[in-house]
Amino acid sequence: MLKVIDSSGLISFQDLGRRSFQSFGVPVSGAMDWFAHQVANELVGNSKNATTLEIGLGEITLHALRDTTVAVTGAGYEIQNYVWTFPLWTSFYVRAGWHVQIKKISGGNWAYLAIAGGFDVPQVLGSSSTYIRGGLGNVIQVGDILQSGKPSTELTKLAARDFPVQKFMQYSQTPTIDVIAGPQRARFDNAFFENEYMLSKSFDRMGYRLEGKEIESNDKSELISEGMTRGSIQITNQGQPIVMMADSSTTGGYPKIANVIKADLPLLAQCEAEKSKIKFREVSLEEAREKLKETSEVWRMK
Amino acid sequence: MFKPLGDTALLVELGNDINPIINQRVHALNFLLQNINGIIETVPAYCTLLIHYDSLNFSFHQIKTLVEEKMNQLNKMNQETARRHEVKVRYGNASNSDIEIVASSKNISIADVIQIHTEKEYRIYMMGFTPGFPYMGILDERLNMPRLQTPRTLVRAGSVAIAGAQTGIYPLDSPGGWHIIGWTSLKLFDPNSETPFLFSPGDVVKFIPEE
Repeated sequence: MLKVIDSSGLISFQDLGRRSFQSFGVPVSGAMDWFAHQVANELVGNSKNATTLEIGLGEITLHALRDTTVAVTGAGYEIQNYVWTFPLWTSFYVRAGWHVQIKKISGGNWAYLAIAGGFDVPQVLGSSSTYIRGGLGNVIQVGDILQSGKPSTELTKLAARDFPVQKFMQYSQTPTIDVIAGPQRARFDNAFFENEYMLSKSFDRMGYRLEGKEIESNDKSELISEGMTRGSIQITNQGQPIVMMADSSTTGGYPKIANVIKADLPLLAQCEAEKSKIKFREVSLEEAREKLKETSEVWRMK
Repeated sequence: MFKPLGDTALLVELGNDINPIINQRVHALNFLLQNINGIIETVPAYCTLLIHYDSLNFSFHQIKTLVEEKMNQLNKMNQETARRHEVKVRYGNASNSDIEIVASSKNISIADVIQIHTEKEYRIYMMGFTPGFPYMGILDERLNMPRLQTPRTLVRAGSVAIAGAQTGIYPLDSPGGWHIIGWTSLKLFDPNSETPFLFSPGDVVKFIPEE
């Protein structure tokens, strides 16, 4: 059990998302960095879909009301537990009465705090993921008591576990992001694949607006709205890309030049506004699938 | 007609035009693809069906083959009926109602706007934008209005609105760029209900003017 003493930024409960309601217009939501979310859960012995606390672009201070074990993963944060500083991608024991602080530094946007037993959060439409625009789930506030479920084993056995993230996810502010060509790829020139793009200040859980060389279109006819997904890269009428992220609308009317592969979504999610230099590379479905298999397997720590 | 949308979804294009026949095929295919191993969920739109699949265990090719098999059945399927809803609307009564603007820019009376909007039934071609939002058509050309130059930051839940050949109802307080012509007290989306959504894509809606 943790009590929120102080918080800033965008802090919410997330799991791996709300499935099977997209045909009614309900976004999937879920962790912006699905890889970090899964590893955090694995470190404290939870199932990969257990609810974590997503800390976005802000900080949080928690007061432990009982002994517990937590893990924090992600990029762009550091942790203070009692008087000690801890690295990300480890689990650690927290004694009742101690404070855990998650502090923003550079190098990323999102951190995930998993607690042994998972956070005990009401499910709405089959998921605990918070979708603020749709009024689904809980927004974290100072004074909230965060309840947790029953740990899978003794707390001490779950503490002090490490995950060698550098081996598996190359978080970077100059990443090359793999994409699959989109349904309307033929409308556009090659500028998107030949130039660097930077994440603009205008970004949130719904979408990342990128800035860079204008992408020219040879077909400006209006597209009839169709389904889209996390990672879909829409090109606006001004020739700038918007990448749809966790809270993406289920449908959209801008043409899609490409789609970020699932395995690389965490890399893009952690790119910082007005700092990152992002390159995009087209890959085949087979390459994407191999990469997804690799990244999906590694988080199992057995 | 089969295109990848990233490495986790397949887009099936069944046409390139907003019309009820194409959209019926979209919904028929959608129906045939429910509860199939490997398919996580599907999103019907005007003339496309997006299929989200389990890409760890299934390849694009496997899913495509599966969909192709189902498509062979499409021509044998006929839709006899659709679920029909009556929606009572207080025209002109919404906060920020644009009904006068619609009437004057089309050179017709407010009564004409109401009469034209209520005279036919609308098909829910797709849902999207926000949870429970129905995209309905085809709206009579006499009410064809562009989207607002600047979308409103807040449109109240229950607002009935029009844009181009479409009409819709805002299920939640949200931003919105359509012209608002009325308001309904019906609740389109209630996440804590056994049946969270009043409408499903493919349903038919008839508007009834309320005094």
